[in-house]
Amino acid sequence: MFQEQKIKEIARQIRRDIVTMIHAAGSGHPGGSLSAADLLATLYFTDQFRCDPSSPNWAERDRFILSKGHTAPVIYSVLARRGFFPPEELLTLRRFGSRLQGHPKKDATPGLDCSSGSLGQGLSIANGIAFALQRRGSDARVYCLMGDGELQEGQAWEAAMFAPQHGLDNICALVDYNNVQLDGRVDEIKEVQPLREKWEAFRWNVIETDGHDVSAIYSAYQAARACKGRPTVILAQCVKGKGVSYMENSAKWHGTAPNDEEYAQAMAELEVEA
Amino acid sequence: MKDTPMRDGYGKALLELSRLHEDVMVLDADVAKSTRSEWVKQENPSYFLDCGISEQDMVGTAAGMALAGLTPFVSTYGVFLAGRAWDQIRNTVCYNHLNVKLAGAHGGISVGPDGATHQALEDVALMRTLPGMTVVVPCDAIETRKATLALYDHPGPCFIRFGREAVPVITDEDTPFVLGKNRLVCDGSDMVFLANGYLVHQAMRAAEQLSAEGISARVVNVHTVKPLDREDVIRHASETGAVVTCEEHQVIGGLGSAVCETLSESVCVPVERIGVQDSFGESGTPEELIDKYGLGVDSLCAAARRAVQRKTSR
Repeated sequence: MFQEQKIKEIARQIRRDIVTMIHAAGSGHPGGSLSAADLLATLYFTDQFRCDPSSPNWAERDRFILSKGHTAPVIYSVLARRGFFPPEELLTLRRFGSRLQGHPKKDATPGLDCSSGSLGQGLSIANGIAFALQRRGSDARVYCLMGDGELQEGQAWEAAMFAPQHGLDNICALVDYNNVQLDGRVDEIKEVQPLREKWEAFRWNVIETDGHDVSAIYSAYQAARACKGRPTVILAQCVKGKGVSYMENSAKWHGTAPNDEEYAQAMAELEVEA
Repeated sequence: MKDTPMRDGYGKALLELSRLHEDVMVLDADVAKSTRSEWVKQENPSYFLDCGISEQDMVGTAAGMALAGLTPFVSTYGVFLAGRAWDQIRNTVCYNHLNVKLAGAHGGISVGPDGATHQALEDVALMRTLPGMTVVVPCDAIETRKATLALYDHPGPCFIRFGREAVPVITDEDTPFVLGKNRLVCDGSDMVFLANGYLVHQAMRAAEQLSAEGISARVVNVHTVKPLDREDVIRHASETGAVVTCEEHQVIGGLGSAVCETLSESVCVPVERIGVQDSFGESGTPEELIDKYGLGVDSLCAAARRAVQRKTSR
């Protein structure tokens, strides 16, 4: 089931959560979290992702690995809105004693499938899960969200060689391609393009999509699911900081919290119908 | 029984485990012949996976397998496993407290001709600092087999370290092995060798030699470096009053450090540490290197005399 208007509204709610919790925490990573909001809204709030909030460790659930762990706010919001824990808890982000650690901690937060924070590792983990699921004949799928800057890590490409080698078609990698990393533009620091050619050379089925068009994203998930015998990567063209005008395409907002004034402006922008 | 490489014990245990348990998965990084994980590949290929020359990816993949209910045994040279993949082991395996078994082969200077890059001398230190990690350094092929089997039954992240060369088999099938519990090898009253790995055998030889000089040396096999059998270490130190730690590892960070940390918080006794003294190894025969880097029987005897001397001169 896919209802475009509903997903857009959820994505906007997720963006409001992201800005609100980072503002409350006084630190965090809004840029990459906002960038991925549409990808995750379309995954978790349609028929594309199988999970049960009342049974977070259900063996036959689909898995989601947030390889770019610094964007924890986006998955926290998704899990809260999906019913894994109360949304009020989002305001405890990064606080002492909170279940919402600065970077994802599996055992702390219901619905998280793995801890993360050290970049470049997620796809290896996703591969291992996918391999184990395939080995026992489960039809569960594994999704792994990576940043584009993260592809500068060598391990990402070690992992990219693994999945096709073992014919894993139950894995779907997502690349949030927004061309901005902490220190600046990806293409000025260490260019990761051409991404389609790279992933194709690594024997992946490559799907390119607009990372903010929820309808296109939904189609990409469907196409990934339909691809058999090899893994799929969805290259999502995204805008870092998407939805908050002054954050868009800005490295400054990779890891900065908005002040009260900036927060008010962001929330005003996110109230407007998309 | 003829000299046998400890890795044979590892391979044997993997074969047994893969026959018994469907959740076992054996991973290697293109050194399966060396680590003996190839034995599983030959007999039971669906339980074996060669990850290629990608140690970091291998550890991450193993972590994913553990998250989905498998029990992966990850085998490669200790230098590259503990060193190159340390961040993966820390942030993914240990932080998630995953049931991943890490096997570091080619531990110690007796790796020999391959030289310094392949002689793991810091692996125990690297693994010992990680929260929740169990670290085991068995003394011969039979104990390596038992330790590997024991790790299967011990949930959570574990590191087992063993050598390359054929070494004397100094235990038998009936010798008890309990994870986390030291084993008294031979009794003595003047000093104690707290040893692990190949150095247990060296300590036994040193004890014989010292006995001829009138020094009664005790030998204790401290195969589990973490969690250290603290009470037992304190007891031996108290009863003998002089300690020599022996390991095929840097004196910084390994068994010697673990023992000193424990004793500094409990009993005040002289401790001498046998191990590599803050240097890299080099190419040579195992015997030449053991001798040059101060791991020979003569070095152990000299350390024992110093420890006893320090005890009596206080």
